[in-house]
Amino acid sequence: MNVKKLLIEPLRKTNPVTVLVLGICSCLAVTAKLKPALVMGASVTVVTAFSNLIISLLRKGIPSRIRIIVQLVVVATLVILIDQFLKAFAYDVSKQLSVYVGLIITNCIIMGRLEAFALSHGPIESFLDGLGNGLGYSLVLVIVAFFRELLGSGTLLGYQVIPLSFYEAGYQNNGLMILPPMALIIIGIVMWINNSKTESK
Amino acid sequence: MSLFNLFLKSVFVDNMIFAYFLGMCSYLAVSKTVKTSAGLGLAVTFVLVVTVPVNYLINKYLLSPGALAWISPQWATLDLSFLTYILFIAIIAAIVQILEMVIETFTSSLYSALGIFLPLIAVNCAILGCSLFMQERNFSNVGEAAVFGLGSGLGWLLAIVAIAAIREKLRYSKIPKGLQGVGISFIITGLMGIAFMAFMGIKL
Repeated sequence: MNVKKLLIEPLRKTNPVTVLVLGICSCLAVTAKLKPALVMGASVTVVTAFSNLIISLLRKGIPSRIRIIVQLVVVATLVILIDQFLKAFAYDVSKQLSVYVGLIITNCIIMGRLEAFALSHGPIESFLDGLGNGLGYSLVLVIVAFFRELLGSGTLLGYQVIPLSFYEAGYQNNGLMILPPMALIIIGIVMWINNSKTESK
Repeated sequence: MSLFNLFLKSVFVDNMIFAYFLGMCSYLAVSKTVKTSAGLGLAVTFVLVVTVPVNYLINKYLLSPGALAWISPQWATLDLSFLTYILFIAIIAAIVQILEMVIETFTSSLYSALGIFLPLIAVNCAILGCSLFMQERNFSNVGEAAVFGLGSGLGWLLAIVAIAAIREKLRYSKIPKGLQGVGISFIITGLMGIAFMAFMGIKL
C-alpha cells in the first residue's frame, strides 16, 4: 500500500476536478468568497473519506443490483450530519452555502470514488483515497476562490488585502469576478495550465 | 406570480446551468453531439416534472415544521426537516427506477431514445437541486412546483443543446493543446453565462 501515492496523486495528476471533470456543480457556485470555499472543501473531504471507508467495509455484503441506493443512503446520512454540524457551529456560512451542502450527495466525485475505488479495495486504502480526492477537490476550490475574492472584492477571508491607497489612485474592483460565469472561465484556465504542465513532463 | 411568469423565469433568469451550475457533470460529459444531448435534456425535463411536485407534497405533508398536524394534533410540534436530503434522494432514485420500468413497458421507441440516460439521472445534481430550491422558495401549490420543474428542465435542455451545437462546430477549430476538449467548453459556458445574465435584470 502506497500511502503517498494515494494522497498526492489526486492533487495534480488525477485531480478529480481539472483532469477527471467530476463534481463541477458545487465547485463553481461556492467560490465567490474564500471562506465558504474552505468550508465546502472540508465538508466534501470528510464525506468522501468516510463514505469510502463505510462502503469499503460493507462492500462484501452489498448486492450489486441495489448498490447505488445503498451508496446514496450512506452519503445522504453523512451529509445530513455535516449539515446539522454547520448549522450548529457556523450558521452564517451554512446560510451562504444554502442548497449546495445538500448537493454534496449528488457530487459525482463521491459516487465516482465509491464505484471506482471503494468497492474493490480495503477500508484503509479507501479512506486515504477518499481523503486525497477530497483534498484535490478542495485545492481547486481554494485556487478559484482565491482569485475571485482577491480580484472581485479586494479581500481575502474578509480582510482587506489590496491597500486603500490603490483605490484612491483609481483602482476598481472587478465586479465581473463575483458573478457566476467567471468561475467557469477561471476553472478553464486552471485546467489549461494543469494540462500543459502534465503533458510537457 | 402567475404561472407563465414563473415558467419564463425558471427557463431564462434562473437557468439551472448558467445561474446555478447544476447538472454540470452530465452537461459536460454528454454534450458531444446534439442528438444525444437533446435526448438527455428531454429525460431530465421529464424526471423533473414528476419529481418536483412529488417532493413538494412530501415536504408539505411530512417534512416541514408542523406538517404532521393532519395526522393528529399532538404531532403538530414535530419538525422532520432534517430528513429532507435522505428522503428527497430516495424519492428521486425510486421515481427514476419506476419511470424506467414504465417507459420500457409501454413505449419502446421512447425507451430506446431515453433509456440509457435514465439511470444517470438519479445522481444528476440538477434534479436534487431543483427539489431543494423548490423547498427554499415556499411555492403555494403543487401547480407552481410542477411549472417550476418544467421550466428548469427546459432551461437545462436549452443549455445542453446549445453547447452541443457549439462543440460540434469546435471540432474544426484550432485550439491550444492544453485547452482542447473540456477546457474550452468551460470557457464557452462561461461566455454563454455572461450572455444569459442579460436576463437577470428583468422583473417578471
